[in-house]
Amino acid sequence: MAKQLNIFVDNRAGRLKSISENLLKSDIDIRAFTIQDKGEYGLLKLLVNKPSEAYLALADLGCACALKDILAIYVPDQPGNFHKLTTALADHDINIIDAYGFVLQPHNKGVCCLEIENLAGTNAEDIVTSAGFSVLEDEELYKL
Amino acid sequence: MDIPYWNKEIETADRATIEKIQLERLGKTLSCALRSPFYKRLLGEAGISSGDGIKSLGDLRRIPFTTKDDLRKSFPKGMMSVDMEQVVRIHSSSGTTGIPTVIYFSSQDVNNWTDLVARCIFSTGATSKDVFQNMMTYGLFTGGLGLHYGAEAVGMTIIPIGGGNTKRQIKVMKDFHTTVLHITPSYLLHIHSKLGDVGINRDELAIKKAFVGAEPHSENTRLKIQELLDIDAYNSYGLSELNGPGVAFECVYKKDMHVWEDAYIVEIIDPETGEVLEDGQEGEVVLTNLIRHATPILRYRTRDLAFLHPDKCECGRTHRRLSRILGRTDDMLIINGVNVFPSQIEEKIMQIPEVGTNYQIYVDKKGSLDRLTVKVEIYPKLFLGEASQLDALKNKIKEELRSSIVINAVIELHEPGALPVSEGKAQRVVDQRSKL
Repeated sequence: MAKQLNIFVDNRAGRLKSISENLLKSDIDIRAFTIQDKGEYGLLKLLVNKPSEAYLALADLGCACALKDILAIYVPDQPGNFHKLTTALADHDINIIDAYGFVLQPHNKGVCCLEIENLAGTNAEDIVTSAGFSVLEDEELYKL
Repeated sequence: MDIPYWNKEIETADRATIEKIQLERLGKTLSCALRSPFYKRLLGEAGISSGDGIKSLGDLRRIPFTTKDDLRKSFPKGMMSVDMEQVVRIHSSSGTTGIPTVIYFSSQDVNNWTDLVARCIFSTGATSKDVFQNMMTYGLFTGGLGLHYGAEAVGMTIIPIGGGNTKRQIKVMKDFHTTVLHITPSYLLHIHSKLGDVGINRDELAIKKAFVGAEPHSENTRLKIQELLDIDAYNSYGLSELNGPGVAFECVYKKDMHVWEDAYIVEIIDPETGEVLEDGQEGEVVLTNLIRHATPILRYRTRDLAFLHPDKCECGRTHRRLSRILGRTDDMLIINGVNVFPSQIEEKIMQIPEVGTNYQIYVDKKGSLDRLTVKVEIYPKLFLGEASQLDALKNKIKEELRSSIVINAVIELHEPGALPVSEGKAQRVVDQRSKL
């Protein structure tokens, strides 16, 4: 299963810089990121090439961070595919907590990363596969 | 000016007369206090075995101080000086610091207290013609019932509405032509800011006076209240250990609060050395009950910092005036009238595993009300990376503080190491309210 790094960051100048600086020192490549604003703090979510190394690099500094299992799904970059995906999950009552996507150039392939409520307790992966999507394995994802 | 006196003879008695009364009542109070286990031991250790041992007011200094901690340790009956059968009422602190404190009142104690409060109310010029909206909390807290009884003795029309429910307060003020309020200064300013929301103009209200107390406030706040609402605001001082409101109150001149010296001996001491200071010098207020039987308290260290005016008041009262409270010897915070110790907050938040090692208590104003923000660092090892976990943690802290300390705090979460590290004089509490 693919993993992303969720990091608790104080919402003030310089905090992101300190994180990016430490990731750079550990030679981490960032594939995608998103920040959820929660007022006095934010949740930074990173998709990186070496999640475990990135985690250790930050955790060793006392950073509050966690590796989270996510579902990374190839979604062909055409109208209707994202809807097809959300429909398949909704039909099985699976709740998406957070999501982000990016498009791989020049393949015209979209990647959709989903945080699923109680992921381990669902068969979300099977549902998505049955709906015709392919799920990226972790190694595959990190090598993009 | 025509000065209203509730009991002119006592209120204007010369110094010698007041001291004669004090000496006589101190002796009686000591005899009474010696019936309680706590004072039997404390006074015994000081070599005082009967009230007759006190020959002059100077002997007062032989009596050791009583502290809040003594009250806690004596809970529930260590300071009780009468049989339970003689007790007609109990007032108790909510025990926010862990152990509650309790004061017992005999029927005579309630009457004496009521008479003092009536004296306070009357000295502001309020009379039986006034409609009195008592907006302080009723119940175990002394503020509500204390003023209620005094106002009843004066013959005012009392609206015993208690605290909270701003819109209703304003409507009631209008419907019953309220003329006098009893309220905390911050809540009064809040009420003013809400008049528009209720669609009621100041001109539709009959309010003339407000008795403000239960929290320290600056002269600027009083002036603001008086200007915004076009009323006279009178400062009130009291503490539950010494009955509650009615210890000291401002007269029509509003130049600080007369301490009723026939009912209390007031001393100002150096909080470090315990040495008694001269009038005019700032120090800790120490009070001794002179007319309470069920739980008499001697030389109580209030932790409030103030001074006594050396000069006489224009009103002709001879009872000395106590300045407004200038600070505290401890770190107690008063948040919208509720006493809060930072240690209580610390104790509660540090029990929560997801809370890290550092926190900060930040106090400011939102509109006219106090706002308390508790900033906590999260514990990284228990962080699961989920926003829902963090929301739940915030709610847990908020609920814990609400249920145990009765405060409504804003909770902020911060990353480990984000808050100032405490060293020496810790920066655990930041109070921005100083000047309103």
